[in-house]
Amino acid sequence: MSSSIANPPVDDGRRLAIAATCVAGGAGVIAAMVPLVDSFNPSERAKAAGAPVEADLSGLTPGDKMTVEWRGKPVWILRRTPQMIASVKSTADRVADPASARNAYPTPPYAKNELRSIKPEYFIAVGICSHLGCSPVGPLAGGSNAQLGADPGFLCPCHGSTFDLAGRVFKNKPAPDNLEVPPHKYLSDAVVLIGDDANA
Amino acid sequence: MGLHNTEYKGLLGWIDARMPTMMAEYKRHVSEYYAPKNFNFWYIFGSLALVVLVLQIVTGIFLTMHYKPDAAMAFASVEYIMREVPGGWFIRYLHSTGASFFFIVVYLHMFRGLLYGSYRKPRELIWIFGCLIFLCLMAEAFFGYLLPWGQMSYWGAQVIVNLFAAIPLIGPDLALWIRGDYVIGDATLNRFFAFHVIAIPLLLLGLAVAHILALHDVGSNNPDGVEIKDRLDPATGKPLDGIPFHPYYTVHDIFGLSLFMIAFFAILFFAPELFGYFIEWNNFIPADPLQTPTHIAPVWYFTPYYSILRATTTEFMLVLAVATVLYGVLLFFALRSGIGKAVVAVTTLVLLAGYFVLDPKFWGVVLMGASTLIFFGLPWLDQAPVKSMRYRPGWHFVLLMAFAVVFIVLGYFGTQPPSPVNQYTSMVGTLLYFAFFLLMPWWSRMGGFGPVPDRVSFAAH
Repeated sequence: MSSSIANPPVDDGRRLAIAATCVAGGAGVIAAMVPLVDSFNPSERAKAAGAPVEADLSGLTPGDKMTVEWRGKPVWILRRTPQMIASVKSTADRVADPASARNAYPTPPYAKNELRSIKPEYFIAVGICSHLGCSPVGPLAGGSNAQLGADPGFLCPCHGSTFDLAGRVFKNKPAPDNLEVPPHKYLSDAVVLIGDDANA
Repeated sequence: MGLHNTEYKGLLGWIDARMPTMMAEYKRHVSEYYAPKNFNFWYIFGSLALVVLVLQIVTGIFLTMHYKPDAAMAFASVEYIMREVPGGWFIRYLHSTGASFFFIVVYLHMFRGLLYGSYRKPRELIWIFGCLIFLCLMAEAFFGYLLPWGQMSYWGAQVIVNLFAAIPLIGPDLALWIRGDYVIGDATLNRFFAFHVIAIPLLLLGLAVAHILALHDVGSNNPDGVEIKDRLDPATGKPLDGIPFHPYYTVHDIFGLSLFMIAFFAILFFAPELFGYFIEWNNFIPADPLQTPTHIAPVWYFTPYYSILRATTTEFMLVLAVATVLYGVLLFFALRSGIGKAVVAVTTLVLLAGYFVLDPKFWGVVLMGASTLIFFGLPWLDQAPVKSMRYRPGWHFVLLMAFAVVFIVLGYFGTQPPSPVNQYTSMVGTLLYFAFFLLMPWWSRMGGFGPVPDRVSFAAH
């Protein structure tokens, strides 16, 4: 009985073949993971449900807010009274980002003004707090809420972030950014399209 | 030929001859697993956790027979279980009460570990498996809470998934990927159902097995922190202070289980929602994506971490920056190696820069994550020369109790609406929570340590 049967020398060629097979097989396993991971992304149906929506503003009286659903999110349309517009001018030094310079939720260029709107009267924003996605309540009148103090505005019930009537977050609140202004354009004086601002 | 030489007769002998593993493992883990004879009240929570795990799996199987994981039908199917399925209310309340009791039992089980140093060498792996079980349990509870599709289910999931959106660069896409839609929707519900009923339970079972196998390899700790394997009976080779798990601790645990069941069924039959703590009132309203409830809070077992999340605002970042610098300096002078000092210095500076570059929201998420992950570090943070609180200075016990109080206070404020008092209490609580762990390498060495006896202290009843 020769020792080479009990203890044959290592066949380097076979070792290499085993390693190469493992690498190729491993690559196959990783490739097989791709569709599994990809299956988590929004389906075509979910993407289609994200199409732009039209809103008719003709029934909205000054001081009132209406909510339309776009991509499953509440989009607010607030028709501001002259007093409400004036309140936005007084909060500039107490909000964290008065000029909408931050980029977490980029403000479209046509709304990058003090009132954060195309038309001063109509404020359009996604009613979801930039903190953790709760929907703030409001508009609350000035002096009606301890967290807002004397200012009118919106209050997020989850973590107490407050926003003025242009959706600008007050300083030292959990929310890192102003309320998002969605892409939108006016199709006529009384009809606005939310979710699309091409050729606006 | 090929049969195992068995000591058993009849059917058992027939099986043992063909599969000796069965009786060998029964002996190893049950009838001949020697546990210290001085276990006290604190030692029932491990087996209670196992009982609750089985309860959750069994009731969960029955709930899936009637539940519909569909955004349009989920809420109604839960109400159908509650009102029309014979015995459905009982199965559902067993499952929902079981979820809260799982956390009660696990928190007490972990507290026992802190009290008697059960995570210390050689039991670090048991503790790590335990921490992984704890994380899985939180994931399991979170996924499960979405399923009834009530207002709290919906907005709680919205908040937690958006935590991932706080991660720089990849965050928003990651949150979209987790949800499978632009908001929490049918796709989210369906995948959370899959995680809740199969993926996480499989992990949980595997980890529970690893936890117990690791325990049985090194043996159980006990209230004295004495290693019973150091004193063996020369005649039998068994620990002098050990008694077989069966029948001694099976009987002990059945007694504990009966006390547990009295509390469990008292709540199940008389206050199954436990005044809004076990099932929040808002969850009896169907999910409405356009309307956040006026006050949302997670279920009680998540609220301590949730308070830490809420405490992290711009104002707190300054406090955090000061605390980080102080801790960095402390570590810098405590470490002897040059590489260690360099790592500390660089980490501190990177953190400081990060505090000012990234949003407080991101750091809130980091602190909340850290508050659950820091438990993993205990075996190395605790540097006391003895394991058990019994032989440590009295003020160590006071510190542990203070930590428990901070944990409960943070938990209480996590259930409450935001307010300035809430905000400042949570900030102080957050600092104390982390100070308890991060300063442990220093305080756990201080004071006079009593002599640890050779044998466990035990008086026969």
